[in-house]
Amino acid sequence: MKYVDEFRDRDKAAVLVREITRLADAIGTRRPLQIMEVCGGHTHAIFRYGIEGMLPEQIELVHGPGCPVCVLPMGRIDDCIAIASQPGVILTTFGDAMRVPGSRGSLLQAKANGADIRMVYSPTDALTIARRHPDREVVFFALGFETTMPSTALTVMEAERDGVGNFSVFCNHITIVPTIKAILDSPDLRIEGFLGPGHVSMVIGTAPYEFVARHYRKPMVVSGFEPLDVLQSVWMVLRQIADGRAEVENQYARVVATGGNAAALRAISAVYELREFFEWRGLGSIDYSGVRLRDAYARFDAERRFAVPGARIADPLSCQCGEVLKGVLKPHQCKVFGTACTPETPVGALMVSSEGACAAYYRYAAKAA
Amino acid sequence: MRTVTLSHGGGGKAMKDLIDAVFVAAFDNPLLAALDDQARVPMSLLARYGDRLAFTTDSFVVDPLEFPGGDIGKLGVCGTVNDLAVGGAIPLYLSCAVIIEEGLPIDLLHRIARSMAAAAREAGVQVVTGDTKVVPRGACDRLFLTTTGIGVIRTGVELGAHRVQPGDAVLVNGVLGDHGSAILAARGDLALEAPIESDCAALHVLIDSLLRASPGTRFIRDATRGGVATVLNEIALAANCGIELDERAVPLREAVKGFCEILGLDPLYLANEGRLVAIVPAAEADRALAAMRAHPLGAGACRIGHVTDRRPRLVVMHTVLGGQRIVDMLVGDQLPRIC
Repeated sequence: MKYVDEFRDRDKAAVLVREITRLADAIGTRRPLQIMEVCGGHTHAIFRYGIEGMLPEQIELVHGPGCPVCVLPMGRIDDCIAIASQPGVILTTFGDAMRVPGSRGSLLQAKANGADIRMVYSPTDALTIARRHPDREVVFFALGFETTMPSTALTVMEAERDGVGNFSVFCNHITIVPTIKAILDSPDLRIEGFLGPGHVSMVIGTAPYEFVARHYRKPMVVSGFEPLDVLQSVWMVLRQIADGRAEVENQYARVVATGGNAAALRAISAVYELREFFEWRGLGSIDYSGVRLRDAYARFDAERRFAVPGARIADPLSCQCGEVLKGVLKPHQCKVFGTACTPETPVGALMVSSEGACAAYYRYAAKAA
Repeated sequence: MRTVTLSHGGGGKAMKDLIDAVFVAAFDNPLLAALDDQARVPMSLLARYGDRLAFTTDSFVVDPLEFPGGDIGKLGVCGTVNDLAVGGAIPLYLSCAVIIEEGLPIDLLHRIARSMAAAAREAGVQVVTGDTKVVPRGACDRLFLTTTGIGVIRTGVELGAHRVQPGDAVLVNGVLGDHGSAILAARGDLALEAPIESDCAALHVLIDSLLRASPGTRFIRDATRGGVATVLNEIALAANCGIELDERAVPLREAVKGFCEILGLDPLYLANEGRLVAIVPAAEADRALAAMRAHPLGAGACRIGHVTDRRPRLVVMHTVLGGQRIVDMLVGDQLPRIC
């Protein structure tokens, strides 16, 4: 397939791995160099192509918090189910949010219990359902980082313009920069460099990450999602380390412009405002890390339209996702890994999605044993 | 438009007329036309084909009922024929039980019955018994179909996952994921138009040539729900062996590749309805492939991997990039990813 196969070329990958090994040897650390990929899309590519096993031992990839489905806290899932269970409501959601467990089950279970929950591929599909069912309340379960924020925002603006009164959004959009900062501020951090999220950066540009380089002196390379993109970005991080540099570099220049996407940014600032704090599964509450709809769009805000319990359900005490996310622990070193916490009955965020680091390790370890 | 009503399920004249006009007319054979409570088959006739009876059943609830490359009727016949054939059986007789939601257009029922009849004729099997129920709106989704099949296993043919051994070759008969992609696209809620047809086909003739060319064949299974990935995991578990795949050798249609790229799906888990996985001794692999390629349903046959004693019970993919990953059994359905 054109524009795809070129980025999966085995010979080029071998060259990159050789260069990465050479640089890692030149840097010569006693313990493995930790590089965090922030985005779940990168984690997916790393597992999908077996990239981890191709890298030399000196490189350890830490799979960061960037799977927006994994980091949804149980309380928000409970709220979502509460909305979906109200009479007359059609709840629309992206497919992979269906299996995320709340404190009393997932959306998949709520659907089996009779809630009208439908899978959509974009918020505009949800708006179409609302137009088709004027007698029903159609709620879109909006989630994701800046990548999916603009499409939700534009859909809300369209609903406003066309006066679609039975459409609303349960807003769980989160923003990546405060989260990277929270990780950088943790005292036990050993991460030496970051692969920056390509699709988020397509929207916000590369400037918002400057603090990572300037203030924390860590290299950050905004990376694409094909396997050669990931390998080249790892190589670029290592080159910065070898040169003693800490900069924000853009490997994904074919998609990401330095200033981001102006139209998308306009839509974001028109529709959302920052929440003072937002709860993350595995990381706890992070200041200014989530957004909600502005007052001007209050009537499209499901949280104001429906009685939402809003209960805060703390992560189970035994769960050590936070330490795994920061690279302090390997998945199998967590207290509940493989016992209380398995892919069938996940306790923590990282076991929820097949992209979660723990789910991936579990599959390998359980079967290889 | 004439539709099926609850009176068609009442056991009276309306029901008899519907069954006669739709099913008896389409399937048209003396065993069925007798309309007894059972079809009667002489044992001596069965014994001519082999020494063991093969018996299987399958239900079909596909949505939509008609899709590019087939419909629920053809699916039922081919699926049941394949479930018999992968065990080395010669498929002979099928049953057809339908549960119909009131309001189903009778024309659609005619089309499905004729399609079943055509598929049965092509496969050389007869639909010899059946049942019709009509349920109120909402009690089922338009039409559910259950087909049961009887076949006879040839004397001397012995297939089973326990016979799989390290060194064996893993073969498939053509491009993967067509059926799953065609169904997803035909549902229409993806707003994606994909020129993909279901691969729905009866494989018993192909399997017959495969078994003649490779008498040592260990195991065959049709890779339906859960796709090739699921079948291989089942084999690895049952045989207590590892299976290693070469991603570059996995045959995929360009349109299916693109479809999966856009939706974040893995084609190895997509359903097929005319594709099989065969495990054959390495020494017979070339002959098995040549035999399959000589048949239209096996023209795209290829070797995608091998069985190993390393990492037992695990399916490992050597990726196109040169890395390795575990190909696991899914916990549930494959769900599209947002990121």
